[in-house]
Order: sequence, then C-alpha cells, then structure tokens
Amino acid sequence: MKPAPATQVTSGRAPLEEIVFWLVLAAGFWLWPSYLPLASQVLIAGLFALSFDLVLGYAGIVSLGHAAYFGVGAYAAGVLSKLGWGEPFSGLLLAALCAGVTGFLTSFLVVRGKDLTRLMVTTGIGLLLFELANRLTDITGGNDGLIGMEMSPVLGAFRFDMYGKVAYGYSLAVTFVLFLLMRRIVNSPFGLSLRGIRDNPGRMLALGYPVHRRLIAMYTLAAVYAGIAGALLAQTTQFVGTDVLSFNRSAELMVMLIVGGTGMLYGGLVGAAVFMVAHHYLSGINPTYWQFWLGAFLIAIVMFGRGGVLGGCMRLARAWRARMAKPAAEP
Amino acid sequence: MTSLLGVLFDGLAYGMLLFLISVGLAVTLGLMNFINLAHGAFAMLGGYVCVLALQRWGLPFLVVLPVAFVISALAGLLLERVLYRYLYHRSHLDQVLATIGLTFMAIAAASYFFGPMQQPLQVPRFLSGQVSVLGVDLNIYRGFLLAVGAALTVALTLALERTRFGASVRAAVDRPRVAEALGIRVGLVFQITFAVGCGLAGLGGALGVQVLGLDPAFPLKFIVYFLLVVAVGGTSGLKGPLYAALLLGVIDVAGKYYIPQIGAFIIYAMMVILLVLRPQGLVSRK
Repeated sequence: MKPAPATQVTSGRAPLEEIVFWLVLAAGFWLWPSYLPLASQVLIAGLFALSFDLVLGYAGIVSLGHAAYFGVGAYAAGVLSKLGWGEPFSGLLLAALCAGVTGFLTSFLVVRGKDLTRLMVTTGIGLLLFELANRLTDITGGNDGLIGMEMSPVLGAFRFDMYGKVAYGYSLAVTFVLFLLMRRIVNSPFGLSLRGIRDNPGRMLALGYPVHRRLIAMYTLAAVYAGIAGALLAQTTQFVGTDVLSFNRSAELMVMLIVGGTGMLYGGLVGAAVFMVAHHYLSGINPTYWQFWLGAFLIAIVMFGRGGVLGGCMRLARAWRARMAKPAAEP
Repeated sequence: MTSLLGVLFDGLAYGMLLFLISVGLAVTLGLMNFINLAHGAFAMLGGYVCVLALQRWGLPFLVVLPVAFVISALAGLLLERVLYRYLYHRSHLDQVLATIGLTFMAIAAASYFFGPMQQPLQVPRFLSGQVSVLGVDLNIYRGFLLAVGAALTVALTLALERTRFGASVRAAVDRPRVAEALGIRVGLVFQITFAVGCGLAGLGGALGVQVLGLDPAFPLKFIVYFLLVVAVGGTSGLKGPLYAALLLGVIDVAGKYYIPQIGAFIIYAMMVILLVLRPQGLVSRK
C-alpha cells in the first residue's frame, strides 16, 4: 500500500468537496434520522481511524496496538463520570490527558526498532493494557464492564436522548474540530517532515531533523486523538467494556484505514463509514460470512487495490478528467 | 521442590510445543523477513485434521500426526503458490494486511465447518496418565511432547547443517542472487522450506490440541506467542527460537502456577522488555 507521496505544503483553503462532505454529515439529522446511533458510532470510529492515520499514514509506524489509547481514554472518561463528575467536555480533556501521557511514555518503546519490532511492541502494549483492565476489576468492572455512568447534558442544555440526536451532534462537533486541527497539522512543515521521515528516515536524519523526537511527538498526538475517540464512545453509549482495548479493535482499525486509504486525511472517515455500514448489514445476515468476506476483501485490496476506496475514487476522477480534457486539447 | 520440578517439566513441554509450531515462522519471518500473521492458521488446520482423523475416521494417534503434517504442508504449498509468493517483495504493511485477511478467512471457515466451540480430544490410553520419577508426578503426554520435540529438533538441525538441501536453504537465504547464479533454484527452495514450516506448524497444532485447546479463535489467540518466539529468538538458525520457546514456556507456566492473579501479564511485559533491550533477539546473527 503506497501512501500518497510527500509533495508540498498545500494551502489552507478548503475546496468545495470538503465543504460538501461536512455539510452532508451535518445534514445527517434529516438525511438518516433513524440511524443516528449507528452514525455516531461511524463518526467515533472515523475519529479513531484519523488518529491511526497519523501513526500509520503520516508517520509510517505499523501498529497493531492502537486500541490501547482508545481504551485508556474510554476508561478515563467512564471512571470520571462514574465518580459523579458527568460534564462531557472535562471528560474528553481528562481522556486526552491520560491517553496522551500513556502514548508519550510508550512512544519511547515504539519508535525504537524496525517494522517487526514495532509491530510486536505495539501489540504487546495493547495486550498488557487489556490484561490490566481485565484484572483491575475494582476500577474497570472487568468482564462485566463499567456500568453506571451518569452524563450531564452537553453545554448544560442538551441531554443525551434515546434517539441519539445529541450524541450525533456532539460526536460530529468534536470530530469536526479535531479534524480541522489535524488538517492544519499534517499540512504544516511539521507534518511534512513526518512524511519525509516515513519515506526516507535516513535522509531526514542527514538533513538534520530530530527523527526520534518528531516520531514521539506524532505518536503522542495520535494517542491523544485516540483517547478522545474512546471517551466519545464511552460517553455516548454510557458503557465501557474491556473490548475497547481488544486486539480485534486494533486489527479492525487497521482494516478501516486501509479500506479508506492511508495518508489522505479523509481516508479514515470514509473507511470507517464503509466498514461500519457493511458490518452492520452483513453481520446481520451472518457474522461468520462477514469475517470471511472481510478477510477476502483485505487480500484483494493488497493484491489489486492501491490506496483503498478514496484512492480508487481519486484515480477514477483523474482518468475521467483526462478523458474530458483530451478532445479539447487535440484540435 | 517437587512442584518446582513439575512446573519446569510442564513448562519445557509447553515450550517445545511452541517451538515446533513456530519453527516454520522462524524461517519465513526470521530468515526471509516475511511477516506471516497467518502462521497460526496452519497450526489450527493440523489441529482440526487431528480431531477429525481421530474421532470420525478412527485412525490411530501415531498415524494421525504425519497425516496432519502432510495436509498442512500441502495447504502451505498451495497458498505459497497462489498468494505468498506475490508478497515476498511487498512492504511489511502489505504482508501484515494480507495475512490478517487470510487469518480472518481461516477463522470464519473453521467456525463454519466445526462450530465456535472448543474441540474435545481424548489422548490415546498409552499416552495418558502420570508416572512418578524421583518423587515427582510427571504427565506422560507432556513427556511424549518433549521427546518428539527433541527428536525433531535434532533432525531439523542435522537437515539444515549436514544435507545438501540444508546448505542450499542457507545459501538461498543469505545471498539469493549468488545462490541463483550457482544453479540453486531459490524459488523452489523457498517453496519447500515454506511447506515444511507449515507442515511442522500443523504437526504442532495436532500435538497441541491437548495442551493449547482448539477453537476457531486459535490463530489470533496464539499468534503473539509464535511471533514472540521468533522475535525474541532472533534469526541465527534454530538455536535462538528453541531457547526463546523453552524460556517462554517455562515462564508462562510458572507465572500461571505461582502468581495466577497476574496471569498472562508476565509474558507480555517480558516480551516488551526483551524487544526493547534486544531488538535483534536473544541470539543475534552478528
């Protein structure tokens, strides 16, 4: 899977497609009113995939343990509200802080070594935290999950309702703000230097970039994002189970991002939408089939598809434009 | 004291089993630098072949083991032809994705054919029970595992170091282009090596139904252990993975026996620490 090559810092102006994309999401209240709970899940998974894109797509670190930070965030927000502090935004902040600290501390282990070592270390960290959550039943509720979260209304005015309206609006707002921030970061000189590190770490080191420190910064940032996504899931569903830390979540996360396309900003969101909707319908038919076809699809994407759904669309669009431009250029 | 010896014995048997399953991975991952997360699926195949052959076809246990080896090796050969050989030169991410995909398919297929439950398996009578050696009760089946593992390790070492084929494997891994120029058919050598590795995984899976259990989640549940054996063992032939597997087995069994409340924690913590301290493995090449 070749990510988009590092080219240049793009201008900060948002093109029309991007504005339409977010307007459609905002119109979700009227476009898919009965699917709002699923749509919130998609947004949260999308935010999580964005965070993973920072690690995999922009920094080039192959990780199978990213759920660790998602889970830390979810438990942080969950425990805070269980202790009686139900204000949502402070829950997000605490989750971001906890996940960020975890990410920062573990990043030193992760950025050492090559692909395989990184893969193993990230997997190990994920499994360690999963075991920890399983054992610390006093805090996490262990296998039964964390029950009894009480959330206060968002901004003191919007109470979480049964139809998931507030949950959707809240998730969308948080995702949008974090997306804007991420867009700014990956297009900054800092983001560009990371793409350079991904493509050729030796050369970037020779050019005088502090490769390790940049990777640590990016990994920590991604952990913060993942923590906030986890907190969103905890707050909107008012439940945290140990599955927030499971290996499956990390593996599915990778699938989502690959399906969408890495290193293209929107890849995570598109991939999460495709994955979650397909999962919703196909596993309704038969969960075993779902897993089988998911596996087949993954192999197909590696063998034939480059850049996932988004990359495929962009290739089609380019081919279409070239075809339209040809007759005009000929005479 | 006696319990210490017992735990050591169980741990060594467990480690030997891990070594048998992982040795194929040591070749593909350690020597050919190919990340094969689907390796556990071949072990699972061997396990299901064993259960089927014992319970439906009624074959004797000692016949079942080579059958499991052959079927898994054939499956490996087939997949090497249709899938793996296209992935050797791809990025690590591609290899991870494709082999995770394969693992998902294997899990789905296993639960479709055999259902999601654990497969029960009765060990033949001559291998069940305990013997008392110097006052320590030893499980006969685990002793059998140790014996088979030791015999296979000796055979593999001899095959790799003393035979012509072993020499061409080492040559193909070290300098594929020079080996090719000397008339060694590198592609074929890799194919056979890969198939033997898958066969050994299948054999290990068949032997391990008793110890590790068998259900469709097997490939994901144990892949960490197999990867660990190779990653910790390093890439210098068979010695590294063997030591790593035995160490891992003893520590895991001892941890679960003496400090059950921490359980699997020890293994994961040890893995992270070892990988950070020795990224090249316990026994490194240079």
